[in-house]
Amino acid sequence: MRPALSVIFFTTASGAGYGLLGLLGLLAPAGLTPATPWFGLASNGLGLALVTAGLLASVFHLGHPERAWRAMTQWRSSWLSREGVAAVVAYPIFLAFAASWIIFGRPNAILGFIAALIATTTVFCTGKIYSTLRPIRQWHHPLTVPGYLLLSIFTGLSLLAALTLSPRIGVAAAVMAIAALGLKYRYWHSIDRSLSATTLATATGLGQLGQVRMLDPPHATPNYLMHEMGYRIARANSARLRRAVLGAGFAVPALLLLLGIAGGPLGVLAPVAALLSLIGTLGERWLFFAEATHTQALYYGLNP
Amino acid sequence: MTSLPRHTEKKLGLVIDLDTCVGCHACAVNCKEWNTSGPSAPLTDFDPYGAEAQGVWFNRIHSFEVGEGGTGRTVHFPKSCLHCEDAPCVTVCPTGASMKRAEDGIVLVDADKCIGCKLCSWACPYGAREYDHDHGVMKKCTLCVDRIYDTSVPERDRVPACVATCPASARHFGDLGDPDSEVSRLVAARGGFALMPEQGCRPVNRYLPPRNATSAPTPLPQAGLAARLAEWAGRLIAR
Repeated sequence: MRPALSVIFFTTASGAGYGLLGLLGLLAPAGLTPATPWFGLASNGLGLALVTAGLLASVFHLGHPERAWRAMTQWRSSWLSREGVAAVVAYPIFLAFAASWIIFGRPNAILGFIAALIATTTVFCTGKIYSTLRPIRQWHHPLTVPGYLLLSIFTGLSLLAALTLSPRIGVAAAVMAIAALGLKYRYWHSIDRSLSATTLATATGLGQLGQVRMLDPPHATPNYLMHEMGYRIARANSARLRRAVLGAGFAVPALLLLLGIAGGPLGVLAPVAALLSLIGTLGERWLFFAEATHTQALYYGLNP
Repeated sequence: MTSLPRHTEKKLGLVIDLDTCVGCHACAVNCKEWNTSGPSAPLTDFDPYGAEAQGVWFNRIHSFEVGEGGTGRTVHFPKSCLHCEDAPCVTVCPTGASMKRAEDGIVLVDADKCIGCKLCSWACPYGAREYDHDHGVMKKCTLCVDRIYDTSVPERDRVPACVATCPASARHFGDLGDPDSEVSRLVAARGGFALMPEQGCRPVNRYLPPRNATSAPTPLPQAGLAARLAEWAGRLIAR
């Protein structure tokens, strides 16, 4: 699948934003973060800015951004619509949580819990959009939804660690980094070894007659289908990028955070770790698209 | 409404005979010609005379080679929307622009509601939906919905443009939900099959397999006296 940059930016930025806002909702009322109105303003402001930037980017992915409101209507059947509804419902909840914190000087536990719930729901819907697409075996995978949720928590925690410089949150972020590393390693291991049940034999129904090969494409130059769903990444490039994501995106942030907690300059190391976690997630999302293959490309001589 | 109807009164669709299709692309050309002035009009082309020509087509003709050596053969393979009963392109649509009609099972896009998110094209395992970059919306085969119900055209022409134009009569149109319809009988007689059954979309369209290539050729009918005289006269004139 062609890496759609607006969608990659959207899921990374909004994922981190929902992670941060959801975690604030749970951890701030429990006293694990500073409770000052200034901290409430800064942390909630950053989360809302990330979520908003991501959502705006996703709207520009559309052919008709001015009709985006219509995407709210089909929540009965469509995970994309459910994601849209959840994203819109989340705003007043996040704003209420932030406003009550700033005005009354302490985070409200009930509003925080609801904020965490709606943040999780939104990211869950994002994951479901991909995991329910059967023609793409790398997305129609049991680790797709856990991957979106885990990376959202990891990036949210690493941002919160940079904001609070709290050792406890730093350790939690490091643990999540290792969990994300393990999950992505298992995911890549699995997609490298699985095969699509759909082959050119079943796509044409001609398998009974023998081996099916493409002879002529329908036209001389690539069409929309090929541009959008015939994208292929060279194996060597994908291996290099995977190593970069696992190393610079997950392992190094974990190491930096643990170093900072062990006595290093946490005020420098934690923001660097947060930045790396976001860059690593961008790389992971780019690979999520670039490595995904679609069954319709079979008709053009590519294997899914 | 992007929930699928539980039951459709008819299952209108195509039956494509891979034995007789000669790969002439006439169906694709007539499809483009008809639909570029129909409800989805125009089917835009980008850089049509340039090196990277591309455009929106509802129907594309692929050619495959099957088998080895003497038993190998070329199979021309027209592919368009299969109007699935469990159409994943419809249920993923967030706007209600995509629909499967309860009356005849045709899968359509309302271009006035489509936001151009392209998710339906990702959800379709067959590659039946195409994005129009000029209009920013998705377009797809309508089964010539503007033609098959048009009482102002003669009844025999109330078939999709691709079916009307096929010079080899390799394309058939009808109600595949009615076991007594001509198309259903054809599918039963020839062992018609669905594409990618493992994807679970339950497509309506059926394909008829190529006949056994090793069977003896049909002997030509013995020409009558009049035909032989005409042939002799023809040769005489040609000389």
